Amino acid sequence: MSKAVLVDVTKCYGCGACTVACKLWNGKEYDDAKKPTVGEKAQLTDINWTVVSKHKVTDASGKTVWRFAKKQCLHCEEPACASSCLVGALRKTEEGPVVYYPDLCVGCRYCMIACPFGIPKYEWDKSFPEVSKCQMCSSRLAKNEAPACVSVCPNGVMKFGDSEQILKEARATIASDKRYIKHIYGEKEAGGTAWMYISDQPFEKLGFKTAVKNQSLPEYTWKIINKIPAALVVWGGILTGVYMITNRRNAVKSSKNNENKGGKS
Amino acid sequence: MIRINSNITFKMTGFRKLLMLFSGIFFVLVFYRFAVGLSITNLSDAWPWGLWTVIDVKLGIALAAGGFTTAGIYYVLGIKKIESVVKPAILTAWLGYCMVALGLLVDLGRWYGFWHPIVSWGHHSVMFELYMCVLLYTIVLTAEFAPIFFDGIGFKRTAKFFVGLTGFLVIAGIVLSTMHQSSLGSMYVLMAGRLDQLWWTMALPILYFSSAVAVGPAVVTCESALSGKTYNHEWDNEAMPFLAKWSGYVLSFYFVVRIIDLIVRGQLGRLFTTFDAQTFMCLLELIIGSVLPLFFFWSYNMSGKFMDKKMAVRNAIFIILGVVLNRTNVVITGMWKSAGTGYFPSTQEILITVGLTSFGILVYLFISENFGVFTPHGAEDEDVSVRSGVGASGVPTT
Repeated sequence: MSKAVLVDVTKCYGCGACTVACKLWNGKEYDDAKKPTVGEKAQLTDINWTVVSKHKVTDASGKTVWRFAKKQCLHCEEPACASSCLVGALRKTEEGPVVYYPDLCVGCRYCMIACPFGIPKYEWDKSFPEVSKCQMCSSRLAKNEAPACVSVCPNGVMKFGDSEQILKEARATIASDKRYIKHIYGEKEAGGTAWMYISDQPFEKLGFKTAVKNQSLPEYTWKIINKIPAALVVWGGILTGVYMITNRRNAVKSSKNNENKGGKS
Repeated sequence: MIRINSNITFKMTGFRKLLMLFSGIFFVLVFYRFAVGLSITNLSDAWPWGLWTVIDVKLGIALAAGGFTTAGIYYVLGIKKIESVVKPAILTAWLGYCMVALGLLVDLGRWYGFWHPIVSWGHHSVMFELYMCVLLYTIVLTAEFAPIFFDGIGFKRTAKFFVGLTGFLVIAGIVLSTMHQSSLGSMYVLMAGRLDQLWWTMALPILYFSSAVAVGPAVVTCESALSGKTYNHEWDNEAMPFLAKWSGYVLSFYFVVRIIDLIVRGQLGRLFTTFDAQTFMCLLELIIGSVLPLFFFWSYNMSGKFMDKKMAVRNAIFIILGVVLNRTNVVITGMWKSAGTGYFPSTQEILITVGLTSFGILVYLFISENFGVFTPHGAEDEDVSVRSGVGASGVPTT
């Protein structure tokens, strides 16, 4: 059964406990000066698999409010990164996480370009860099435990559960409360993701990419790739046919030439 | 003059010394880069791909398309009048692909794992298809080039063996090229929503393939004009006008598909109503790469004028510039907005690209001076040259 997490942006007050839990569980370094994990400058990087970004938003009534958005890999149902990888170093597991296998990776960075959310980061300062992104604590999920960040949240911002159940809850919540925007970010984005968000402020004001297509991205390429075997056979056949005709013509021509030469002598 | 033995020599000029200097810098920088990683580049999380992807990979492969197009025209379609260009074109393609392979290796973050795709297949990935095709095609090109090499060092029998494979190699080469030239475009189909609508289309594979088929002979044309100057061989008045026509027709097809695609997706209007970096670069690409060469081509073609050297070379330069602009636009200009920040290559990135190109030119000069790559057209018996393929005619057989 595939797992999912629902993030309720309205409940987050930006303590950053989730980012600490992430660093501890995954053994990532701190660099608060250059790569802060909480605040207006917080950004996902090679060592920040999750951050809480702070946004000043002017709401509909003209009031200025603060909102905090917890960011990490969204773990697409049909991940573009995994489909782009030429060695299968990124794989979608049954429980939901999209997991990275560094031993296979050759470092072409196509996944970084392919991800519609711009999630995979790179260890640019290392000699043999790895792609770096949230793994949704796949080893915890395999034991049916929530990801580290979810389990430490003091305010119950995130809910972990079976994806169908989570989606039902998200729908019920935004239907029951007028303040919520009638959009579940992640329900349809890129064909659906394991992490979903509900909010009372527009998602584009909270640093979410809203230009993301609602279809699964690998489907686009698959439409092209699945035609290759047939094209290969047909194209190869046509070329061989033409080549043989050309050769036959040359042979006929040269034998005629020989006859002519023979006649003259 | 560097003399290796009585047969193999290399003339030295100021220009060649400069190329050697750049090649030297290239090798030093590459070893440094292999040791310290990619921190010498200006690549970042927002710009994982940059100058190397544009020039060393995308342009390298597109501009080396002369190999399979001329081989196809000559062997499969049986157009014999282009004979004089086939061998130089195959040499350029072979060198081009070797350079691409080297450039790719430099670009790979975990370069020592370059062989992983052979054992671990990501068959859903366009990149995997690209990797496999480029690998196989480089082998095919090496085999196509082998007769020239073995002939040059005097192994006539080995050369003959490879000549016997010509038909198979040429067809395999065309099929593999069709696949990977189009894949370079399909690669960006996955960037739906990220790549600017002026370039993102499901027709990307068709556009990439057709522009490669048009630009291949254009590169061969420029190469022939340049090498003609260096080696004093005449401009081939049979082959070159044919190549110019070929590029003209294929480019017309490309342009029609490109414009129809822009109209269908409602993007053509944007080119003339909004003015920003994207529309400007797109217009520049279309005007230089398509409108101008097509205007010259069709005005010559309709009036039945003979396409002389000046016209053919001028058009070839336009077509090459058009492809350079197009690939740069897809990788850089079209991704600019979604990246959020700017990118400009670092000095080391530029030096590595310049050095790689310099090294390629040096090897090209060395091979074409010591192995029979350029044979004066019309100098030999037609039948012999056809049967013996790219091979045995390299050295005087009579």
